[in-house]
Amino acid sequence: MIRDPNDLQRYTASERANHWVVGICFILLGLSGLALFHPALFPLTQLFGGGVWTRILHPFIGVVMMLFFVVMFFRFQRLNHMSPTDWEWVRRAREMVNGDDHTMPEMGKYNGGQKLLFWFLGLSMLVLFASGIVIWRAYFSQYFPIGVIRIGALAHAAFGALMIIAIIVHVYAALWVRGTIRAMLYGTVTRAWAKQHHRAWYRQMTGK
Amino acid sequence: MALQSLDIAKRSATTTEPPQARQTLEVAKLIDVSKCIGCKACQVACIQWNDLKEEVGNCGGTYDNPTDMTANSWTVMRYAEVESEERGLEWLIRKDGCMHCEDPGCLKACPSPGAIIKYANGIVDFHQENCIGCGYCVTGCPFNVPRISKKDSKAYKCTLCSDRVAVGLEPACVKVCPTGSITFGSKEDMQALADERITELKERGFKNAGLYDPAGVGGTHVMYVLNHADKPSLYSGLPADPTIAPTVSLWKGFTKPLAMAGIAAAALGGLFHYVMKGPNEVSKEIEAEVEKELEAEK
Repeated sequence: MIRDPNDLQRYTASERANHWVVGICFILLGLSGLALFHPALFPLTQLFGGGVWTRILHPFIGVVMMLFFVVMFFRFQRLNHMSPTDWEWVRRAREMVNGDDHTMPEMGKYNGGQKLLFWFLGLSMLVLFASGIVIWRAYFSQYFPIGVIRIGALAHAAFGALMIIAIIVHVYAALWVRGTIRAMLYGTVTRAWAKQHHRAWYRQMTGK
Repeated sequence: MALQSLDIAKRSATTTEPPQARQTLEVAKLIDVSKCIGCKACQVACIQWNDLKEEVGNCGGTYDNPTDMTANSWTVMRYAEVESEERGLEWLIRKDGCMHCEDPGCLKACPSPGAIIKYANGIVDFHQENCIGCGYCVTGCPFNVPRISKKDSKAYKCTLCSDRVAVGLEPACVKVCPTGSITFGSKEDMQALADERITELKERGFKNAGLYDPAGVGGTHVMYVLNHADKPSLYSGLPADPTIAPTVSLWKGFTKPLAMAGIAAAALGGLFHYVMKGPNEVSKEIEAEVEKELEAEK
């Protein structure tokens, strides 16, 4: 969809589709994982057809998410290397959070916070996938000693919770910075948005 | 539950208080290893009473048959040949099975409400209709007892014949034991009986004879009289000081409220940040700048 011919293309259709497959998997995994994590949330298993179905489906959804995450990871990892300017941005993130962003250092396609989140999500996915295999009782647990399974269960719960928190931050940041969500829905952002939030990327895209 | 003998003291994945008005007698099964002749009548009785059928297996080189507990074999006799200078060769036979911990690791780990129940009389029971087959009970158990069925993915283990005990009968294994090695009664009576037997064994030269009722899991409702209580591991790896693993305690303890608080804080933090600081809009100034740049291009 072209709203304005001057809009800038931020994501291709394939990148967007990739992101949303991962996003849908994340929501399903978050809900089913929380259902099995805390007794108060066990009723969430009803969304998946009961406790047994939740237990069966969760790990398979996890495998789908991992596959698509890996593709997305290699698509975006080049753009997420931290530079000294990014670290400066991170050090001054408080000003940004306070809504006082016009003196922040110029950012490329991603700012320091987005980049750190990217690497943290990568780490979380790695830990969740590895520990998830270890605690997948139906197929894999028999190959691991009990001590490893116990560490796996703990790591899976801890990183699951951390990743949910990280994604809440990710989603909130996209909602808070107006004009961002459309980048992941139909791919474009306005020039003004780009100039305000990612000025170095704006220059690169427009030559200004 | 209608029967007082089935009053529930602990229920998996349940955070509210259980009924506590009635005081039920705590029961225990006492297995006197020094009286066991390894006849396997208890295994047969268990399979018969519980309507189980074990597959014909393979010989693992010992009398252990089957070689391990399964979803169909809730108790297995384990035969250990132990040699010492003092006593020469000893055949230490232990009836293995659920220990019915006062603080059950399986119940602590179970995510499904009511799949694991601890009755007020101390029996820990799996209710398969609520079991989701995740295997967390296996992860939580300090004794490696629960087994997941390959047929239905549900967890099974010794019930201490909760159905028999509920109506005043002793467990099936107790009923058939030909040497009186297995006895059943109130935990207090069983401890007293064990004391008598331990005194006897000490008189006969087993100076380290003692009761296995490990405190690390709050005591157990299946207890052993061991002639070498100083070295439980001699009895096919009976753990000397079993406890719920710290990883499991952390996973099922501290992590839960901490993670929930963290998630709630992130969500509420976002909402209040939005309400108090307002959205981060593209500034009019920059919009005007961009307009000018585009004008200039034309």
